[in-house]
This record gives sequence, C-alpha cells and structure tokens, in this order.
Amino acid sequence: MKARVFVTLKPSVFDPQGHTIGEALQSLGYDTVADVRQGKYFELDLRTTSAADAEALARDVASRVLANPVIESFRVELLDQAPAAAAPGGGR
Amino acid sequence: MTFAVVVFPGSNCDHDAYHAAKHVLGEDARFVWHKETSLGDADVVILPGGFSHGDYLRTGAIARFSPVMAAVQAFADRGGPVLGICNGFQVLLECGLLPGAMLRNRDVRFHCEMVGVRVERADTPFTRLARAGQVLRIPIAHGEGNYFAPPETLADLEANGRVIFRYADAAGETTDAANPNGSLHNIAGICNAGRNVVGLMPHPERACERALGSDDGLVLFRSVVEALAGHGAAQAVTR
Repeated sequence: MKARVFVTLKPSVFDPQGHTIGEALQSLGYDTVADVRQGKYFELDLRTTSAADAEALARDVASRVLANPVIESFRVELLDQAPAAAAPGGGR
Repeated sequence: MTFAVVVFPGSNCDHDAYHAAKHVLGEDARFVWHKETSLGDADVVILPGGFSHGDYLRTGAIARFSPVMAAVQAFADRGGPVLGICNGFQVLLECGLLPGAMLRNRDVRFHCEMVGVRVERADTPFTRLARAGQVLRIPIAHGEGNYFAPPETLADLEANGRVIFRYADAAGETTDAANPNGSLHNIAGICNAGRNVVGLMPHPERACERALGSDDGLVLFRSVVEALAGHGAAQAVTR
C-alpha cells in the first residue's frame, strides 16, 4: 500500500522559500501569481495491505518525524493499489 | 570539571567546543558519540554545531532520536547545564527541551558573519559572568536560524525572561538591520523554564581567542565553570 504525505507550513508561519519563489515568478512576468507557499511531499511504500494500518502508520511517521508540529501541518492520502494484473485490453 | 561534547554524524563544531573547554579553559573535555546511552560523569553537556545526520529532512529532526538524547534529557531534567549551539540549538528545539522552531533565514541565504549578540539575562549558568545589556561579537553560520514560536509561546518566553540573547547593533539596539535571519523579537538564544538548558544560534566556541577575531564567546564557558564551582553570584565579574 502506498501513502502520500503532504507537509505544509501552517498559514500563520512565514515561508521564506515560497515567498522568494513567488517573487521570482513575478519577475518572470507571471503577474497573476499572487503568492507561493512551498511544502514537502512524501510517498511512502508500506508493507501492508490494510488501509487502516497504512493510514495509522503514515500518520505516526508524519507526526513524529516528517512534520514539525510547531510550524507544520500534514495531510495523508492513501493510494489505491492497481490490481496486480490488469485485465487484458483494460489499459492502465 | 568535565565537559561532554556530543558528536552526531555531521557535527562539525564539536572540535571547536572541545578546544574551547579543554585548551582555552583548561577543563576536562571529552566527546560522546551519539550512540552512547550515558554521559558518564559529565558536568556540562554541549550539543555542538554542524549538520547532524545531514539535516536532510529538517535541521535536528533525526538527531533527536539518537540514543544519547535520552541521557541528555535526563541530565537536563536533573538540572544539569546543557548548551546547544547552532545545530545543537536546533536539536534542542526538535526534541522539545526548548520551545519553538527554526525557519529558513528570511532572505533564504546562508549567513556566515560576525554579529552583535546582546546578553539579555545573566541568570543562567552560561551567562552569569556576563552583564545584561552587554553586546558580544560572535559569529553566526547558518541557513536556518530564523527563530519562530507561536504567539503564546513567545509571550511566555518574554514574560519569564527566557530570551537570553538577541541580535543587536554595536550600541545594543535590537534593530531590524541587526537581525541577520528574521528571528522573531531578534531572538538569538533562549533557555528552558529551569534556566539550565540554553540554546543559541551564534557560535561562542568560535570566538574564544583573540587570534580568532574575538574572545567574547569565552564568557559562556567561563560562566558555566564558575556556576559549577559553586561560586556566589556576588563574585560575578563583568568583562
């Protein structure tokens, strides 16, 4: 089972990197880009087929290690595994 | 008196701290590898600067899980003096011995320069020989020293005199221009509620000899030696 973890700075926390990237985009002429917030994205490949176990594990890892709760929040998504063998002609 | 300098993989100011304690002050000093589970007979613990475990995820994020950190926590809980310098400060924040977190410097650049650091309080084991208001010339070298804490934490730090160092100009003014990284309230260093755990981003161990451009950092090391020797505060001298 795979899980995605998105770690983002809390809205109240200034994001120097995102701000700098936003300014760079504006200097490139993307005037419509008002602001940028940068975050981190993790894809966890988990040795479990249980969605409940996968979610609990991903949340544990995210809250203990991947995110710093003082400045960051996180969101977990489980990725549905494709069937081991796709049906013939079924495409992807 | 024995200084224990904790060494994480990626620590790179461990020898500077060791040198300051052992050769400049003439005290005992030894390195403690991060996989150790005991600090032995240490009287003072220093978490040095560097890039512990590479700091690939976040500064200090992995170091806090090192076996030695349980011993550091217990040492701090017993009131033992702990000094976190730069990455060591970041480790103290990550492990919760000190509150807050570090953000990237506001200009997103790594700053390696001499700065003015105003001593706010002399009532910690690492500042007792300093004078409140004194401005130390100490180098910084970091990319993530932009101190952040939620408003309620910041208010608590200020109300309880737990801001120990602030970035300031030569006159002691905590101006925005004197703030190299965007830290809230120009904060360069703080302490815990028990005042025995102190963390700061500037590097006092790199400013302990005149040949290095400044020996202003020596006061932190001399202070803790004096504190542990049990000398009365009345004997504290200003430099």
